[in-house]
Amino acid sequence: MQHVSPVREPLVTGGKTYHDVTQDVSRQVEAAPNIRWMAALSVALVLLGVFFYSVYRTLWYGIGEWGLNKTVGWAWDITNFVWWVGIGHAGTLISAVLLLFRQKWRTSINRAAEAMTIFAVICAAMFPVLHMGRPWLAYWVFPLQNTFGSLWVNFNSPLLWDVFAISTYFSVSLVFWYTGLVPDFATIRDRAKGPIAKVAYSLLSFGWRGSAKHWSRYETVSLILAGVSTPLVLSVHTIVSMDFATSVVPGWHTTIFPPYFVAGAIFSGFAMVLTLMLITRVVFKLEDYITIEHIALMNKIMMVTGSIVGVAYITEFFIAWYSQVEFEQYAFINRATGPYWWAYWSMMTCNVITPQLVWIRRVRYSIPLTFVLSIIVNIGMWFERFVIIVTSLHRDYLPSSWVMFSPSIIDIGIYVGTIGLFFTLFLLFAKFFPVINMAEVKSVLKYTVDNGPTYTGHDPHHHTPQPATTHGVPASASVNYDKHD
Amino acid sequence: MTKRFALGIFDDEDVLLHAVENVREAGVKIYEVFTPFPIHGMDDALGIERSRLPIAAFFFGLTGLSFALWMQIYMLGFDWPMIIGGKPHIALPSFIPVSFELTVLFCCHGMVITFYTISKLYPRWKTPVLDVRSTDDKFVVAIEVNENTDMTKLTQLLRDNGASEVNQKEMSKF
Repeated sequence: MQHVSPVREPLVTGGKTYHDVTQDVSRQVEAAPNIRWMAALSVALVLLGVFFYSVYRTLWYGIGEWGLNKTVGWAWDITNFVWWVGIGHAGTLISAVLLLFRQKWRTSINRAAEAMTIFAVICAAMFPVLHMGRPWLAYWVFPLQNTFGSLWVNFNSPLLWDVFAISTYFSVSLVFWYTGLVPDFATIRDRAKGPIAKVAYSLLSFGWRGSAKHWSRYETVSLILAGVSTPLVLSVHTIVSMDFATSVVPGWHTTIFPPYFVAGAIFSGFAMVLTLMLITRVVFKLEDYITIEHIALMNKIMMVTGSIVGVAYITEFFIAWYSQVEFEQYAFINRATGPYWWAYWSMMTCNVITPQLVWIRRVRYSIPLTFVLSIIVNIGMWFERFVIIVTSLHRDYLPSSWVMFSPSIIDIGIYVGTIGLFFTLFLLFAKFFPVINMAEVKSVLKYTVDNGPTYTGHDPHHHTPQPATTHGVPASASVNYDKHD
Repeated sequence: MTKRFALGIFDDEDVLLHAVENVREAGVKIYEVFTPFPIHGMDDALGIERSRLPIAAFFFGLTGLSFALWMQIYMLGFDWPMIIGGKPHIALPSFIPVSFELTVLFCCHGMVITFYTISKLYPRWKTPVLDVRSTDDKFVVAIEVNENTDMTKLTQLLRDNGASEVNQKEMSKF
C-alpha cells in the first residue's frame, strides 16, 4: 500500500472533480475547431507543402539536389535524423521511465509527449529513406534475399541495427500510446452526440467499457510495456550513436558516444515537450492539469541531462588530448577554432550555459523564460549534431579534399518541411484525440488526500466508509501547502 | 439473449471498494464492475486472479530472441558466409543489438495482441454500455438479476453500502 504524504503538492490544481476532468479534456475534441487552431494548421500545411515540393525535387532529380559533396557525404540529412530521433525520446521516457519510478506527475503530460515521440520518429525516418535515393526500394533494408542473388543484409552494420532499433521503437511506442488512448476514446464515445463521432470513437475505442477485469489486465500490460520500453529507449539512441562511434573517423570514434547521445536525446526531447506543452496548456486552457510544478520538474530534468551533455563535451576534448592521436586532436581543435567555430560555439552556448540558468528558481518557474530556453536548447541540439557530423567530415585525412559544406535550398526545404509535417500531425492529434490521459489523471486526483479510507487488502473489520474529497485538498486544513521547492 | 442487470451507481472509489467486498460477502454474485479508471485493490475485492500476461510476455520475448539469433546465425553463418571486416562469420557481439530489438518487438506486440484478444477488444461499430457515466465519473456495479431476484433486498444492500442510485437495465447483446 502506498503511503500518501500530507505535504505533497496537488498534481492537479483548481479542485477538479472526475467529471471536470472529462469536461476539460473532451471540450476541445467536441467543440468546433477554434480560429487559433485553424491558423496554426494553415501554417503547418504550408510548410508541409514545402516538404512535398522538396521531396519531389529530391526524387525526380536525385540526391544531387542536396548540398552534399564528395568529402561531406553526410550532412543535414543525418543531422536532422538524429535531431528528430532525439526529440522522440522524451515521450517514452516520460511514460515508461517515470512510470517505473512512480512519478505520478507524468500523467498530465504523457499522452502528448508520446504523440510527439511518434510524430518525431516519423519525421526522422524521412531522412534516411530519402537519402536512399530510391525510397520505393526501402524494403531492401529488411533481411530479404537480394533480388539478384542470395546475399543477405549485413548484421554487423550499425546502420542495419538502426533499422531494427527505429522500427521497433516506432511500433512499440505506437502500441503503447494507442493502448493508453483506448479508455479515453471510450469516454469520448459515451459522450458523443453526432452519429459520425459515435461510430468513429466506437471503432477507435475497441469496445472498451472499463470493466474491472480489463483494467486489471490493462495495468499489467502498461507496466510490462514500460519495463520493456525503458531499455528500448536507451538502446535506440545508443545504436544511433554507434552509426558514428563504430566508424574510424576522428571525432566520431569515441566510446563516450552512447551515454552522451542518450543524455542529449532526453535533453532535447524535454525541451520540445516543454515547447509544445507551454503552447497546448494555453490554447486548450489546461493550466490546471499542466501546472507550473510540471514545468519546473521538466526544467529540472532538462538541467540534469543538459549538464551531462556539457560534461560529455569537455570529456571529448580531454580524451582527444590525452589520446595523443594527432588526427583526433586536430578534429577537436578544428571544431572549436576552424571554419565552423560559429557552429561549435553556438552549440556550447545553447547547450552548456542555458541549462545552468535553470538552477535559479525564478527561471525554473517562469513560463516565458522556460519557453525561450526550450527553443534555445532545441537550436543548440541541432547544432550539436551538425558539429559532430560536418566538422568531423569536412577535413579528412587528405588535405587536398578538404571542403566546406553548404546546404542547398532543397536541404533547407526538407528540414523546414518536416517541421511542418510534425506540426500538422500534432495539431490533428490535439484536435481529435484527448491530449491528456483522462483515466490516469482521474486516478491521481486524490494524490494528496490523507483522510480517505485506505484500503488494505482483506480487512475483516469493516468500518462505514466516508467518501473522501476529490478536490485534491485534504480535509485536514492544518496542513501547510506553501511551496516547498 | 437478453440479460437483466441491477446497477449500483457509486460516486467514490473507496466507497465502491468496500461495497464490492460487502456485497460479495452477502453472497451476491457480481457480474462486473465498470469504472472510469483503474482502482487499486479492486482485483482483490472482486477476486480477480492475477493476470498471466507477464508469463505470455516472457515467452513472446524468448521467441523473439531465439528467432533473431537463428536468423542471424543462419543467414551470415551458414546460408551465405562472408568475411566482413575480418570478423568471424558468426560474430555474436555484433548480433546483440538486433537480438535485443527483436526480443522487445515480439514481447510487446505479442503481449498486446494477446491482451486485446483475450479481452475481446476489437473495433466495433457500436458499443453498448450499461451506464454511459461509467466512463466519466461514476462507478457501476452490475449484478445479473432474473424474475426470482428480490429486488428490494438487493437495492437495500447496495444502498446500505453507499450506492447513490440503483437502476435496472436490460441488455440484449452483451
